Amino acid sequence: MLAANDAAKGLGIYPGAAAASAQAMAADLIIQDADLVGDRDGLEKLALWALKSFSPIVAADPPDGLVIDATGAAHLKGGEAAYLKDLVHRLAEVGVAGRAAVSGSWGSAHALARYIANPTLVVDSADSGRAIAGLPVRALRLPGEMIDGLSKLGFEVVGELEASARAPLVHRFGPELMRRLDQAYGRAGEPIEPVEAPELVQVRRAFAPEPISAPETLARYTVKLVQALCTALEERDLGVRVADLRFHRVDNRIEAVRVATAKPVRDLKRLSRLLCDKIETVDPGFGIEQMVLAAVATEPLVWKPQANDLTTPAPPDVSDLIDTLANRLGQSGRLYRLDPGDSFVPERSVQRVAPTAMATELAWPENWPRPTRLLARPEPVTAMALLPDQPPTAFTWRGQRRRVVRADGPERIHGEWWRRPGELWAARDYFQLETETGERFWVFRRGDGEWGPSGDLSWWMHGLFG
Amino acid sequence: MLANPPPRAFEALRVEIAKIEARGRAGKGVLAFGIPELDRRLPGGGLPLGALHEVAGGGAGAVDGASSALFAAGLAARSSGQVLWCITRPDLFAPALFQAGLAPERVIYLEAGDEKTLLACCEEGLRHGGLGAVVGEVSRLSSTASRRLQLAAEASSTMAIIVRRWRRQQDAADFGQPTAATTRWRVSPLPSSPLPTPGVGRARWFVELIRCKAGERLEFELEAPDAAGRLALPADVAYGPAAAPSWERRAAG
Repeated sequence: MLAANDAAKGLGIYPGAAAASAQAMAADLIIQDADLVGDRDGLEKLALWALKSFSPIVAADPPDGLVIDATGAAHLKGGEAAYLKDLVHRLAEVGVAGRAAVSGSWGSAHALARYIANPTLVVDSADSGRAIAGLPVRALRLPGEMIDGLSKLGFEVVGELEASARAPLVHRFGPELMRRLDQAYGRAGEPIEPVEAPELVQVRRAFAPEPISAPETLARYTVKLVQALCTALEERDLGVRVADLRFHRVDNRIEAVRVATAKPVRDLKRLSRLLCDKIETVDPGFGIEQMVLAAVATEPLVWKPQANDLTTPAPPDVSDLIDTLANRLGQSGRLYRLDPGDSFVPERSVQRVAPTAMATELAWPENWPRPTRLLARPEPVTAMALLPDQPPTAFTWRGQRRRVVRADGPERIHGEWWRRPGELWAARDYFQLETETGERFWVFRRGDGEWGPSGDLSWWMHGLFG
Repeated sequence: MLANPPPRAFEALRVEIAKIEARGRAGKGVLAFGIPELDRRLPGGGLPLGALHEVAGGGAGAVDGASSALFAAGLAARSSGQVLWCITRPDLFAPALFQAGLAPERVIYLEAGDEKTLLACCEEGLRHGGLGAVVGEVSRLSSTASRRLQLAAEASSTMAIIVRRWRRQQDAADFGQPTAATTRWRVSPLPSSPLPTPGVGRARWFVELIRCKAGERLEFELEAPDAAGRLALPADVAYGPAAAPSWERRAAG
């Protein structure tokens, strides 16, 4: 038995049991022959999928896993935790129950994903040794007979192996045990041989006799690679959406940068600019012996007619600026447009969309006063006003009392019961208030002033007019 | 001889000086306010496009930056092309910019983690050349940073507007420090234009031009941008105060 589903596990049938004894426990058990080659192929396919959307360095980790180098890729999804969540979620969408862990080394992440992650786990690389100390020795990717041997000697968990003397263990089990242990603790390097899709458009350049490391040299060869990639893409009429530049170091490590564009691109200047901006994040170590540039995601590049009226100049294209800024900001910032939302409630009347999104048909009110600055949350205001619809004559906000000279309102905005049941009867009456000095404020009263359930008649500051 | 030089020599010298000053710059243009009284007193008849303009709010506006942002929005709305608006605090309410003439599809917002990144992104936007205007909201603007923005704006003739906005009222004294901006404005709210009925009229500002390269210091009382982003001279300031209530008299006469 190699695997069992949840229903079988409920009956006490676990992987590792003999098929005959399992059949004895459940008469109508469905048994299928293991397809090890098919599994291996499926894993390769999954690795290619992960390569396209998650990281430039992905490899299959047979029999049942993937290994992904998330360095320099996690920020695209907003941090490591969000990255794993997205990964597991997208696997679940295609019916694969996945578990994922981020850790300092391949070995420890392998162990943590299989024994602790539920379904995701992020461990700081400094803590990964402590995190795996309590796991069973099986987690170390050791051959079966070695695990049996270790359990005969009384070793149950990884921490015990780490604490005991190395020489007798090496003498007994060979160097493999200590290699795996060192890999799990991050003391021994373990290069990931990334999966490569045959249909990917990619170009490479080897620097066999003399590895390169100076940033200017890297930039120069990046431009040459981009040139070659553009030529290759031109034959296929494709443009790049996501490009990976991998630097194979002489010590077998791979550094990678990934850039993404808003629209398919096949422009030498633009692509080199995006990639060269990122070169400073690459650590060349003792030198780089090979550079590989791959177009991971491509789209047909269609040339659109510029304008149907020859007399008016076409609006300038700023999509290259958007790409440059988005790749420069990375995780530390956001780039967006604000479009009208399908709501009259001020907080919901604005929605963030991608900078290149199509314009909506919705519009904001043209004649109702709207403040230039909207407070993140309405702040309580002490005010007195005549019910049901008179503006306050004075109010106190942030400890300062202000006298109202002019006022406009009310503008009644009703709650949206279809979004939140609590808003079923709620209403806000918005007023624009002007003080003696000319400061203009946007305040509202909860409730319509006549009917109790519409609100508790408290006053709130919501915005400042210019 | 010197006391009365031929006017042609002066003209020739002026042309020569203008040529030296314009070296290495893209084609220049100006954005007129559309208010003759104001445009007449600005060199070139308006705000130069390829230049850095600085706007700050007066009084409480130094902290909330409401009037200064709306002033910048009015200018950006009347430029042609898309606008990059760089912020660190996301409290701008886009419907107000729309009411000042900035359609939502024209503005790309950039939210940066710190002001250093923000200024670098502003410069990047200015150097691109395809934008109509770049607006940045910062509290500190060093003379080096302002010089970089000014040069980037000159190279591409994209309008650069920096909205100065401080965390605390006391920090607003920082606006006294010189920068390389071509013009520096201070916008303070005034009581709105009077209406014949109860209510709040069109917003009014006290607009000061604190510094203007090759120009004079100006002070104006202006009305806030209309739906096309245009400021206006209030009627009672332009034609003198009428005896209140003016509408009755006009209706009768």
